[in-house]
Amino acid sequence: MSVIAEGATPGLFSDGDVQAEPPGTTARGSSSNLLASLRRPGAVFGITVLISWLLLAVLAPLLAPSSPTAPSAGTLLGPSVAHWFGTDELGRDVFSRVLYGARLSLPLALLLVTLASVVGSSIGAFAGFAGGIIDSLIMRVTDMFFAFPSIVLTMAFAAALGPSLQSAVIAIVFVSWPPYARIVRGLVLAMRSSNYVAVSRLLGASSGRLLVRDVLPNVVGPVLVVATLDIGSAVLLLAGLSFLGLGAQPPAAEWGAMVAEATQFFSNWWMGLFPGLAIASVVFAVNMIGDALRDYFDPRSLERPGR
Amino acid sequence: MARRLGIGCLQVLGVSLVTFCIVAVVPGDPAAANLGQAALGDPTIVRAFNRQYGLDRPLPVRYALYVWHLLHGNLGQSQLTQRPVATDLAQYFPATLELALSAIVVAFALGVTLGLVAAFFHNRLPDRLIRFFSLAGISVPNFWLGLVAFYLFFYKLRWLPGTGRLSPELNPPGTITGMYTVDSLLTGNWTDFVDSLRHLVLPASVLGCYTLSLITRFSRASVLDVLNQEYVLAAVGKGLPTRTVVLRHVLRPALLQIITIVGLAFGSLLSGAVLVEQVFSWPGLGQYAYRSATSLNLPGVTGVCILIAVIYIFVNLAADVAYVLIDPRLAPQ
Repeated sequence: MSVIAEGATPGLFSDGDVQAEPPGTTARGSSSNLLASLRRPGAVFGITVLISWLLLAVLAPLLAPSSPTAPSAGTLLGPSVAHWFGTDELGRDVFSRVLYGARLSLPLALLLVTLASVVGSSIGAFAGFAGGIIDSLIMRVTDMFFAFPSIVLTMAFAAALGPSLQSAVIAIVFVSWPPYARIVRGLVLAMRSSNYVAVSRLLGASSGRLLVRDVLPNVVGPVLVVATLDIGSAVLLLAGLSFLGLGAQPPAAEWGAMVAEATQFFSNWWMGLFPGLAIASVVFAVNMIGDALRDYFDPRSLERPGR
Repeated sequence: MARRLGIGCLQVLGVSLVTFCIVAVVPGDPAAANLGQAALGDPTIVRAFNRQYGLDRPLPVRYALYVWHLLHGNLGQSQLTQRPVATDLAQYFPATLELALSAIVVAFALGVTLGLVAAFFHNRLPDRLIRFFSLAGISVPNFWLGLVAFYLFFYKLRWLPGTGRLSPELNPPGTITGMYTVDSLLTGNWTDFVDSLRHLVLPASVLGCYTLSLITRFSRASVLDVLNQEYVLAAVGKGLPTRTVVLRHVLRPALLQIITIVGLAFGSLLSGAVLVEQVFSWPGLGQYAYRSATSLNLPGVTGVCILIAVIYIFVNLAADVAYVLIDPRLAPQ
């Protein structure tokens, strides 16, 4: 178990080490603390589940007993040895569809979080560097987005663009960038007034160099943490939109869309149960890791064993 | 306070502007979404439709007109129902409010209690159990939880009704607040009260599950925070009864942090209602928003967004007032 935790850590969070040193960041503790918090049973469990899901997604074509979109047996069959999760109203194997669903939900969630963090960070960094009226204007707009009913907005957006996975992604990115903007702006403001940036500037560093060498390394760590915490809500929001029929369209094997189909055949419980469990297990795993990360980055909530 | 109200008004204006722009700029055609095939073939009908809803004017003019009407309490005409949006909202909102209020009240009471219990049994079995279930509660998609509850308690066990707000054979109580449980109680209609309450249980529980878990997690963290303070140790050492320590020394400061999260959670509750209402055919704001969005009913969508934004801002303002009530030191100078 701990092998997995160690194996996963450097790749995912190697930037966390870099930004422990300079002032003005929220990061505290050392990389060994980060490792320790990720080695707690909860985090190890979360990482294990997440890696298993990633493997299942990659290997889905090899593992799935039948096609996710073509009928393979009678319709609405209950779970059996041949069809572990039963079949749906068109005779498609639910197990295969759940496996293939991971190939949609996981990469899309990563894409969503990446896009949202890049867009949000850029806006936040721009606001922080620009300062003055531009800064307060951008931050007021950001504040406003927090008062927004995100699902209503994404719904309107996705409906107007025409229901598809693509418009769902655009819609979700549109409502999920503000937290990143807020964090990055705060970090940039703190750094702007820090001595080491002033020294760097005195030594003749250009703005571009400042941004890449001094600011970026300090921003990456916190943004990565928020992004990790965000994966869960990205999966949920995407599944929710697909459930409403505004995301993935049939016959795509998407977990939220599968639950939506199951509402019309609710007496055949296996149709909805398994895709929902898939969503829940992914989000649960991400939240487990998120808890460990939060403890690391927010020492107030740090739980030392035996306290 | 006045400053906060001013910022709130600007926020509402901003929300209206952004919603307006999105739905107007993205390539959807309200006429195509609302008129039938035959009517679409006739250019005069399309033009008449666009003129009736002011869709033929340039965007800035349309927005200016919208804000002008908004200031007069007019949210525009819904293309979906051919009624004023305000009338639509007044019809659908009480159902959602009933759902959200019952969810938040139960979630708050139960969540704070569970958080307290978990903190007192820190790292022991009750804490571990509560932690597990509250993490599960924020991880489970509510539309799926709704389906599971629907299957179990309505289809299999037949304990509770699964759809709607009232059994079809009953007449809704007279409209006072629009919330069936409250109205039936006020008019003394006992059968309606029991029936609407039974209809409320499943959707409200499913909707409140996320909020309950969120509040539990926050209460636990805040109480743990407070428990480590020296004054709590001093109070215990002084020999005060546990009840007094918990209520006066632990819960009061912890509540300050919890109230923040309740304010924020109320917003997510209204968003979550969209999905839950879909599962339980609950005729509320979420269903209206969904139908408005899919038929590109711009005034409807904007109206829902503004209403939710106003509630969000109002609830968070109320949270600020609650801070001062709990901790007078926070009163503005």
